[in-house]
Amino acid sequence: MRTILIQISYFAASVLFILGLKGMSSPETARRGMQQAAIGMFLAIVGTLFHHDIISYEWIIVGMVIGGAIGAAMAIFMPMTAMPERIALSHSFGGLAAALVGVSEYYRHGGELSAVKMVPIGFEVMLGALTFTGSLMAFGKLQGMITGVPVTYKFQNASNISLLAITLGIIGYLTFVPSHFVAFYIMLGLGFLLGVLLVLPIGGADMPVVISLLNSYAGLAASATGFVLSNNILIISGALDGASGFFLSIMMSKAMNRSFTNVLFGAFGAVAETAPVGAESAAGGINEGTIDDAATVLWNAQSVIIAPGYGMAVSQAQHALRELADLLDTSNITVKYAIHPVAGRMPGHMNVLLAEANVPYDQIYDLENINDAFSRTDAVLVVGANDVVNPAAKRNPASPIYGMPVLNVEEARAVIVLKRSMNPGFAGIDNDLFVQPNTMMVFGDAKQTLTKLVAALKK
Amino acid sequence: MPDEILFGLYVFVLAAFVGYQVITQVPPLLHTPLMSGTNAISGISLVGSLVAAGAHYNAVSTVLGFIAVTAATINVVGGFMITDRMLKMFKKKEDKARR
Repeated sequence: MRTILIQISYFAASVLFILGLKGMSSPETARRGMQQAAIGMFLAIVGTLFHHDIISYEWIIVGMVIGGAIGAAMAIFMPMTAMPERIALSHSFGGLAAALVGVSEYYRHGGELSAVKMVPIGFEVMLGALTFTGSLMAFGKLQGMITGVPVTYKFQNASNISLLAITLGIIGYLTFVPSHFVAFYIMLGLGFLLGVLLVLPIGGADMPVVISLLNSYAGLAASATGFVLSNNILIISGALDGASGFFLSIMMSKAMNRSFTNVLFGAFGAVAETAPVGAESAAGGINEGTIDDAATVLWNAQSVIIAPGYGMAVSQAQHALRELADLLDTSNITVKYAIHPVAGRMPGHMNVLLAEANVPYDQIYDLENINDAFSRTDAVLVVGANDVVNPAAKRNPASPIYGMPVLNVEEARAVIVLKRSMNPGFAGIDNDLFVQPNTMMVFGDAKQTLTKLVAALKK
Repeated sequence: MPDEILFGLYVFVLAAFVGYQVITQVPPLLHTPLMSGTNAISGISLVGSLVAAGAHYNAVSTVLGFIAVTAATINVVGGFMITDRMLKMFKKKEDKARR
């Protein structure tokens, strides 16, 4: 009877999870969808508490109270700008939980494990360990604790691939000799090491792909746990998470016009150094404007498109930006936001920040939906974006980002670029946009510049 | 035993397929909430950790299970709460006027 009840709770949870994700297809239904998924989770947890193997609850209660408190505190107090870091951290927790359950199962059964169980345990532990350290590395890079510049050394890819092969080889060996616990713990250690080594060569601008990929690994680790415990809800939820992460990483790679393998093994910054730099060197013909110049351009426009990038997140300029947009809006200037898929450090990064600043989502447009509108637009305001608005991606076959879809901002009548300095962007590529005759550069911190712009417009 | 694994593979492949179909419908606008939402859902590994922590198979399993319960609960509670906090912010123009 108990088992049937547990199975029913799992079944209901699976259905609710899928319905919940389906709700995400529109912002109108997304919130209700996630609430359904949360109910599903609640049912599955309550169901599990009746599992006949569970004989005492003290550790469970302590763990859930501590975990719940930390989780809730993070959810309530973490600023929206720290969202990429939070996501990276939560992937690491997911990976850790999966790896530990795998180790615990191995410790319990050890030598008696059949080959069909050893394979999923091996994958669970390897993926879990790799996700744990890989996500911590991503977290460190996002926080600036570890250099965001790709770290490369000779034979990096060869050594990483061999390490991966060795790890898989050990899993294979363990299916024949499951009792060889030294091999098992070496495999665990290699998993941790792989996570570090795989994220080390990946630079800041590639973070959206890496975070999506780690999301996928965390899901696959959970799925492997499901195979180990013969538990369908774990298999299903893990597969959903894995599919989601996989889809997002493909989307992100496409948005950078790079293959999956190129992101993983390419080390973008290093490539850019050796590649010929854009034909027009930026030092010369830039057109620097003052706050008042920029205000005049905006004031005389009928339509304005705002293109934000990672710089907006860094200087937390979203609120000042919204204020500026509101001001333009009240004088009947249409304002739209153009979001490039890889702007920022994770998928959808800009959208969350704009939503936090109360920007209505019907003013926010994706690349495909707005790229034709730039030629009919009076003024474009680029806030801390660089590579995603670089026309060299379309014009200059020698550019490392050639072929990457970019926002056609240069087609607008006037372009105002807010930028901290003339330093090239992450990829180290000169931006042809900055030397165009219709481009005005306004240097300074984006938030301060925008605040001054608002003040100038109010006059 | 192999039957069980094979059945699991069926479930896995079908779920991945459903997941892919559902997730391709999610607009880029909601990609961050999608990620934090699926992350909360994959906190379902809590289910496995609960058994490890409560079953008293042996001391090591209990301790590992306890840590896993803590880590997975952080994801479940934190994940659903922050996803909701994010989704609450996504509003249309009319919705804002009404407030």
